Amino acid sequence: MLRDITLGQYFPGNTVVHRLDPRTKLTLMIVYITALFMAKGLFAYLFMFSILILCLVVSKIKPRAVLSGLRPIFIIMIFTVVLNIFFVRGETVLFKWQFITVTKEGVVTAAYMASRLLMLIVGTFLLTYTTSPITLTDGLERMLGPLKKIKVPVHEFAMMMSIALRFIPTLIEETDKIMSAQKSRGADFESGGLIKKAKALLPIIVPLFISAFRRADDLATAMECRCYHGGEGRTKMKVLRLAFRDYLAFLCSAAVVASVVLLGIFT
Amino acid sequence: MESIIKTEKLEFIYARADAEKQEGTPPAPALNKIDLEIEKGTFVAIIGHNGSGKTTLAKHFNAILLPSGGKAYVSGMDTSNEDILLEIRRRVGMVFQNPDNQIVATVVEEDVAFAPENLGCPSDEIRTRVDDALTIVGMRHYSQRAPHLLSGGQKQRVAIAGVLAMRPECIVFDEPTAMLDPIGRVKVLEIMRDLRDNHGVTVVLITHHMDEAINADRLIVMSDGNIILDGSPREVFLQVETLRETGLEVPDTVLLLHKLNDDGFDLPLDALSVEECAHAIYTALQTR
Repeated sequence: MLRDITLGQYFPGNTVVHRLDPRTKLTLMIVYITALFMAKGLFAYLFMFSILILCLVVSKIKPRAVLSGLRPIFIIMIFTVVLNIFFVRGETVLFKWQFITVTKEGVVTAAYMASRLLMLIVGTFLLTYTTSPITLTDGLERMLGPLKKIKVPVHEFAMMMSIALRFIPTLIEETDKIMSAQKSRGADFESGGLIKKAKALLPIIVPLFISAFRRADDLATAMECRCYHGGEGRTKMKVLRLAFRDYLAFLCSAAVVASVVLLGIFT
Repeated sequence: MESIIKTEKLEFIYARADAEKQEGTPPAPALNKIDLEIEKGTFVAIIGHNGSGKTTLAKHFNAILLPSGGKAYVSGMDTSNEDILLEIRRRVGMVFQNPDNQIVATVVEEDVAFAPENLGCPSDEIRTRVDDALTIVGMRHYSQRAPHLLSGGQKQRVAIAGVLAMRPECIVFDEPTAMLDPIGRVKVLEIMRDLRDNHGVTVVLITHHMDEAINADRLIVMSDGNIILDGSPREVFLQVETLRETGLEVPDTVLLLHKLNDDGFDLPLDALSVEECAHAIYTALQTR
């Protein structure tokens, strides 16, 4: 039941997108988001959309994976659309009933907002679906490396993040087990109102936390046994190196940004 | 023979909460002046019931715990010397009970690489170490997998590889089979034998399964922080009464022979394997 969360899940593969350096991908992600916010007008949006589709096709991500990832944010999408349709005031009124007014501008803004949100999220999927969490944290650690000079604990943050990612499936499994154990002793998680349901979660959260602390203690000992002593003097098995494809990707992204800006100006 | 681990009058007392301290009773030591020497290249099993101090003792072998009194040495290096801490931990690796709580990374080979990365090895050296370690435990084909999708036994083998990548001289296994199914258990025991026989690694196995201890070169029995028996498995299992007093089960074969002797037979107690046991009973019946 709890297993089918796809947000932030990695699908192994060997396409160009998979092989790009994580630092490149992170930079491109920032560029992509900026470009999305700079995009103005139908053509710029269509252009961005086609770029996104192209990337998805190249990275061989299954459409189903994208759709199932979108499910949790569906409600936010609806909310945005509804808010924009009813609250953006414009000149051309399409529909009026008592205090509700729907204008043409409202509908247009809603459509733009929704598609921007959609592209934003699918774009981040592209990053997390094609980059393993470890590579991603590695890339982040390297990119934020200069911050170490001003005593920002970059290595520690990266380590914490990768351990958190490592233990998500383990803790989910554990939650499943505890829930089954409590259910078999007559606990009821389904019925009742919001408060009752929240209260019913208490017998799950307490044992989960206790076991998480125990795991943390064990893990710390195991890490010490394997000579962990912080980031100092640590090397990497896979050293990140920018390849030709990375530079090519930077060039393409610059072209995309330029096109979006031009499309916004001339249409 | 050269010794890899040596303890001299090793004592350890767990720190207690303040409330308990005020009661005035002196805290009982978890380890009571232990003198022990483990020779290089041997397979030593330490058995004892829960709370006998066996895990506490093992944690002194690589400076996870430091002695409250006495000394512990690894290849002659004092474990309380913090300057050589990493070298001590590199030499004596440790595998724990729960494989889930030992795996750091989300990809098998990344996890195995964790220790050599900490040691600051160059990246191509790490690569060979990881591949070698995974080959020894028979997990080479799983190098790209996610650990949480492996079975318990496979995860434990990855954990062993993670320790092996440090190229240690000694590995302490702390109840490594307690959470595994029978198949995983057999495989882990096989790896321990293989490490001692073919890779020159000293193996220290902490367990409360008597039948896992049969294959050891030396068997140490602990109770209440003391070593009460120490010798080859055959010698130790002869002490059926002492073992049962400390709440340990002797292997079924020894138990059977012991009971038959109580009923007037005269059987050798050191027939540990089922075949040996059957043979002993057979000869005894024939000469009757």
